[in-house]
Amino acid sequence: MLFYQNLRRDLVKTMQILKLDKKNLNEFIFSLNDFGEVHAPVKKGDKQFVFSKLTDFSKIKLEYTRTILPPKKYFHPPTDTLFKFSQEEGYQSLTEELRKKYVIFGLHPCDIYAIKILDLIFAGEFVDDRYFIRRKNVAIIGLDCIPDDKCFCRSMRADFVEDGFDLFLSDIGNSYLVRVGTGRGDDMVRKTQDLFKEVNKKDITEYKRRSDEKKNLFKVDIELSDLPEIMDLEYESKVWEEIGKECLSCGSCSMVCPTCYCYDVFDEINLDANHGVRKRQWDSCLFKDYALVAGGHNFRAERSLRVKNRFFHKQRGFVAQYGRPSCVGCGRCIEACPAKIDIIEVINRIRGAKL
Amino acid sequence: MSTRSTLAKVKNDIYQPYLARIVKVLPQIQDHLLFQLKFEDPRMASNFTHRPGQFVELSVIGSGEAPVSISSSPTRPGIVELCVRKTGRVTNALFRLPLNALVGVRGPYGNGFPIDKLEDNNLLIIAGGLGMAPLRSLLWYALDNRTKFKDIILMLGAKTPGEILFKYELLKLIDRPDMKCLLTVDKDEEGIWKAHFGVVTKLFDYVELDPATTYAALCGPPIMYKFVLKELLKRNFSKDRILMSLERKMKCGVGKCGHCSIGYKYTCIDGPIFTYWDAINLPEMVE
Repeated sequence: MLFYQNLRRDLVKTMQILKLDKKNLNEFIFSLNDFGEVHAPVKKGDKQFVFSKLTDFSKIKLEYTRTILPPKKYFHPPTDTLFKFSQEEGYQSLTEELRKKYVIFGLHPCDIYAIKILDLIFAGEFVDDRYFIRRKNVAIIGLDCIPDDKCFCRSMRADFVEDGFDLFLSDIGNSYLVRVGTGRGDDMVRKTQDLFKEVNKKDITEYKRRSDEKKNLFKVDIELSDLPEIMDLEYESKVWEEIGKECLSCGSCSMVCPTCYCYDVFDEINLDANHGVRKRQWDSCLFKDYALVAGGHNFRAERSLRVKNRFFHKQRGFVAQYGRPSCVGCGRCIEACPAKIDIIEVINRIRGAKL
Repeated sequence: MSTRSTLAKVKNDIYQPYLARIVKVLPQIQDHLLFQLKFEDPRMASNFTHRPGQFVELSVIGSGEAPVSISSSPTRPGIVELCVRKTGRVTNALFRLPLNALVGVRGPYGNGFPIDKLEDNNLLIIAGGLGMAPLRSLLWYALDNRTKFKDIILMLGAKTPGEILFKYELLKLIDRPDMKCLLTVDKDEEGIWKAHFGVVTKLFDYVELDPATTYAALCGPPIMYKFVLKELLKRNFSKDRILMSLERKMKCGVGKCGHCSIGYKYTCIDGPIFTYWDAINLPEMVE
C-alpha cells in the first residue's frame, strides 16, 4: 500500500525540467536522428523560413520568426494519396508514407497549440487514422520565441504551451531549460544524459525574468472575451463586403494557416482508364468552387460571403464548438496576404475601433 | 494493442469505400434512376444498416465520390437503394455503368431522423421534387413499424405526374387504410391525374393536425420550405417538431474536409437532418 502511495506521489510530481548548455545543442540534435529524420527551421530566400530536413547544423535558424508553411504539412500533407483503385480490386489504402518517422525541432508555442487544435478536428466521432498515425510518428521539440510585429499569440492564448511536445526548450542565456513532455522525450534525454544538468535557483529566476519580459514585447493585441457576441451582432456589417472587395480569393491565408484543415478529394485515373489513385489536397473556403454543388448551385458564390465564412469559422464558430477560436495568432496570414488583409485590422473594424 | 502494430497499417480507414454490385436499376422520372446495390462482402451485406435520413458516399471507380441519400428503409436490409439524379461528373459516370458493375460505398453518414423521438407520434411527411429520395426511407420505416406510430400522413407536390419520384409505389399507398397519402400536381397535360391539383400547401386542407403530438419531416426545394414552414407555424407547430433535410456540398462525409459547413455546423455530421429551430440558428441559413 505504502509502495503505491509513494509511487503515486512520484507520478504526480511536476513535469521533469532539465538544463542543456547551448554549446551541447548540436550534439543533442545530432542524437535525435535515432528517433527520426530531423527537420528544423532553415532560411529560404532572403527573409523567409521553412521547416526542412536538417543536413547542415550551420543552416538551422533558431531565432526564426515564422515558417512559410506551418508544421501541419507533416500530419496533413498538402497532397495525400489515400487509395489506389482498380476495377478488379476496388479501393486499397496506401499506408507506406505514414510510417516515416520525423523529429521536428524548433516549433514555437503557437504552432504546437495549432497541432492540438488539429487533433480535435481529426478525432471526434470519425477518427482520421492517417492523421494520427503520422502524429505518432512525428516527435515535436518546441522552442520559445521572441514576438515580432505580426505575432498576436498572446491575445489568442497560445503564447505558452503546457503539453503537445516531447521536449520544449526555453532560452535562459547560456543554456536552455528543457521541459520533458512525453516518454519519447524522456528517451531522447536519456540517450544523451551527460549533456543535461539539473536546474538551479538562478536558472529559475532567469526563466521567470525572460518569461515576464516576453509578455511586454507584443505590439498587437485583440480583445477576445466578447468577440463572439460582437461578431453575431455584426453579421450583416458592410465591413464584410468591403473586405470581400479587397480579397483576391487566392487562398494563401488558408494554405499558411496552422489550423486550416479543409481538403478536397479527387480521383486521378491512369490512361488505361482502369487503375488510378484517390487523393486529398489542401483546399480553401475562399476558392470560388468551394461550396459549388453538382447542378450548378453555389452556396457561397460571392467573395464577401466566403471571406465572412472564413473569419466566422475561425473566430466565432470554433468558439461555439470547442470553446476557443481556432486562430493561434501566428501572423502567417498577415504575412501571406497579397491584398494586405490583416486579421487584426479586420477584427478591430468589426469591433468599431478607431484606426 | 501495441503502438507498433497500429503504426503498420490503417486499422479502420474512415475513407475506405467497400465494393457493392449494382444488382438492379429501376427507371424513375427523367434523369433519375433507382439503383439497388448489394455489398460484395457478405458480412457487409448483412451488417450494413442505417437510420432513415442518412446518406452514403458513393464512388464510381475512376470518376470520384458523391454523397447520396439512402432511399431504402433499414427494415428491408440486404439491399441499399439509392435514387440518383444525373447531374454531375460522378452521377453521369454512374448512369453509364452496366448492370452488375461494381461501385464503392462507404457510410452510412449523417444523423438521420431522430426515430426514437418520432415514435408514438403522428408523422407528417412533406416532400417536393427530389425530396422523396431521403423521405422514402422514413416512410417505409414507419409503415413497416406501423404500430409504433400514430397517424402517418404523406404530402407530396410535383409539377406534373411525370415528375413524381416513386410514382407507382406512392399511388398504391392512396388506398392504404392505415395512412393518408396525398399527392398533388400543378398540372397534368395528359388529363388522367385523379389525385389533387395545386401547390403542396393546399393539402393541409385535407388533414387535421395536432401540433403537440405530430412531427413534420420536410425535404424539397427552397421555395417549398418557405411556404410549408409558414403553414406549419400557422398551425402552432413547435420549431423543434419540424425536421428538415438540408443539402450542401459534401466531400468527406465525416466532418473533416470542411465543404458542407453551414455557419459552424457540418451538414455531414451535425445534419443533414436539422430541426427548424437549429436551422434558423445557423448563421448562413438566413437567406
